[in-house]
Amino acid sequence: MAKTVNRSVWAAPYAIFLLLFVALPLVMVLLYAFQDKSGSITFANFVKFFNTPEDVHTFLYSIEIAVITTVLCLVLGYPAAWIMSNSSLNRSSITVVLFILPMWINMLIRTLATVALFDFLRAPLGEGALIFGMVYNFLPFMIYPIYNTLNKMDKSYTEAAQDLGASPRHVFAKVVLPLSMPGVASGILMVFMPTISTFAVAELLTMNRIKLFGTTIQENINSGMWNYGAALALIMLLIIGITTVFSGGDKDIEENGGLI
Amino acid sequence: MAKDYIIDIQHLSKSFGDKKVLDDINFYIRRGEFITLLGPSGCGKTTLLRQIAGFIAPDEGKILLEGKDISGIPPYERPLNTVFQRYALFPHLDVYDNIAFGLKLQKVPPKEIEVRVKKMLKMVSMTDYEDRSVDSLSGGQQQRVAIARALVNYPKVLLLDEPLAALDLKMRKDMQLELKEIHRKMGITFIYVTHDQEEALTLSDTIVVMNEGKIQQIGTPMDIYNEPVNCFVADFIGESNILKGRMIRDRRVAFIKHEFDCVDEGFGEDVPVDVVVRPEDIYFTKDPAKCQFKATVNSCIFKGVHYEMWVDTDTGYELMIQDYDPYEVGTEVMLYIDPDDIQVMHKERTRNVLEATVVDSNHVSMLGAEWECEVPEDASAGDVFTAEIPFEKVDLLDHQEDGKLSGEVHFLLYKGDHYHLTILTDEGDRLWVDTNDIWDKGDLVGIDIPPEGIKLIRK
Repeated sequence: MAKTVNRSVWAAPYAIFLLLFVALPLVMVLLYAFQDKSGSITFANFVKFFNTPEDVHTFLYSIEIAVITTVLCLVLGYPAAWIMSNSSLNRSSITVVLFILPMWINMLIRTLATVALFDFLRAPLGEGALIFGMVYNFLPFMIYPIYNTLNKMDKSYTEAAQDLGASPRHVFAKVVLPLSMPGVASGILMVFMPTISTFAVAELLTMNRIKLFGTTIQENINSGMWNYGAALALIMLLIIGITTVFSGGDKDIEENGGLI
Repeated sequence: MAKDYIIDIQHLSKSFGDKKVLDDINFYIRRGEFITLLGPSGCGKTTLLRQIAGFIAPDEGKILLEGKDISGIPPYERPLNTVFQRYALFPHLDVYDNIAFGLKLQKVPPKEIEVRVKKMLKMVSMTDYEDRSVDSLSGGQQQRVAIARALVNYPKVLLLDEPLAALDLKMRKDMQLELKEIHRKMGITFIYVTHDQEEALTLSDTIVVMNEGKIQQIGTPMDIYNEPVNCFVADFIGESNILKGRMIRDRRVAFIKHEFDCVDEGFGEDVPVDVVVRPEDIYFTKDPAKCQFKATVNSCIFKGVHYEMWVDTDTGYELMIQDYDPYEVGTEVMLYIDPDDIQVMHKERTRNVLEATVVDSNHVSMLGAEWECEVPEDASAGDVFTAEIPFEKVDLLDHQEDGKLSGEVHFLLYKGDHYHLTILTDEGDRLWVDTNDIWDKGDLVGIDIPPEGIKLIRK
């Protein structure tokens, strides 16, 4: 028999993939962000950002939209997830599939359909349409991780709480809600991360009237401002990184049954 | 109505789908009693406990707590607390907050909560563990916290659902003693659910033996052990020799083809009975005058405190004997049994009795199949008869497809020279079978009955 192949060989394609499509682009973003056109090291790109009120404003506005979207998704998504996980209220798994179903359709197509819907209803496109579209697009990403944690939660906890004198309201507030926090954190990340960087959705739903930070980055890169664009992308990455830390970190979520 | 009944259960029934889990349960619990619901898994004991706790509503019947029906009251308003099988401690709270959970809901002042929680921690020997997260505790420690969390509310009744099942043997023994001590100190009524007969005998004031949704026997551990009312109880509690016998007259019974004096009366004369003799109640003797029967030792195993021996009697029966002194395999021994130690029980049945419908001049339909047998000449198709089938006339086959019917071995008893099996057919009917072949519980079998085994009697 031929000598056995070292098992780590199987990891090689993944390693190459990660290197080419994750690590290398990140390093390049980092390098470009701290270089000027001639290639020398500089902080000029960041100074430029803070000296361009329009870009700072777009940045803050993007965060605001992302926060509003995330909060709305949470407010709408938590009760939905709770109802779906509650076997006395929801006896079929079809409901779950229905909530996840929109994810089967391409986001751009869904957004175009939303535009058509607004036209049909003669509703104006703009900020309202933008938030509606974002919530519609990202709601499943909030529902699913919360549903997952609630569904996996040991029913004996709620029984124990009832047994100790907790009314249904107290059971929810003192046991179910705190124990579902990993799912909530996971959902917040899943919604906040894509909403802050999205641009196509915003362009379509506001007829290019409202600009989000993703669009700013895209415009700069399209017009050849690679270094400035990279700096902006890095700033956005930083914000996403901070949210990740605040939502409990990956480890905690993994351990407690969140989505990622 | 007696004042000292804290719980009175009347005609309680519950079905899940078609399956009757509890069937007309009636019993009462005295204040301060340690009562154990004992039975194999699936006997309905946990369902009964969950109904008392309020997690399952009964289909029929009442649960009275101090004379008041609590059937409609939700669990959080019942003055009862439960220790769950897998503890169910809240992982997001530390030990102190877990125990204080119930008191905080009752809006007990924080000062008093602290006093009571500390007192409970001391009672379960967990002082200084207040700030620990529950994940960092061992199984035994988690169990103590679970007990403290329930008892700190001073419930009228504490319900315990197999609380020691997840612990290893040594820890289980220690916790049994501690539980008994806690029960004595607190004076609260304990309802304990277990499938472990030894645990039940050790802990309880009263044992309720359950099987298949019905109460088999209620009594003190001594009563249950020494005077089992049927084969199920005798077999389930401790080791026993269960044998076919015949009551000759009052105080005289025959089994293993010998006659013995006993203390039982009122069975009638020449009545078939079942006899239970515990293995420690068969004595060896060197005195021929005392000897009631002879036997040959065929195996001898050291069990720690005693030796467990199997002997073949001179009449061809196998008996289990436990004694402190071993006898070598092959030795011929003289044995006797004290009249006091022979427990005589009514036979639950002496043959299978079924309903059969005539199909034609030599076939009947019963148990969902057609059988060849002798049909009386004056009977016509459609007539309904009672069919009697002796236990030993039912054949069991290795392959399900070889039989007219298929079924599963549901329960088995060794009766000294043969096995007595309860077979549950696929249609849900029961057949009782005597056989010399060895089967295990859960074996799938084919069932056949030869024509001469079916005797039709006009209704």
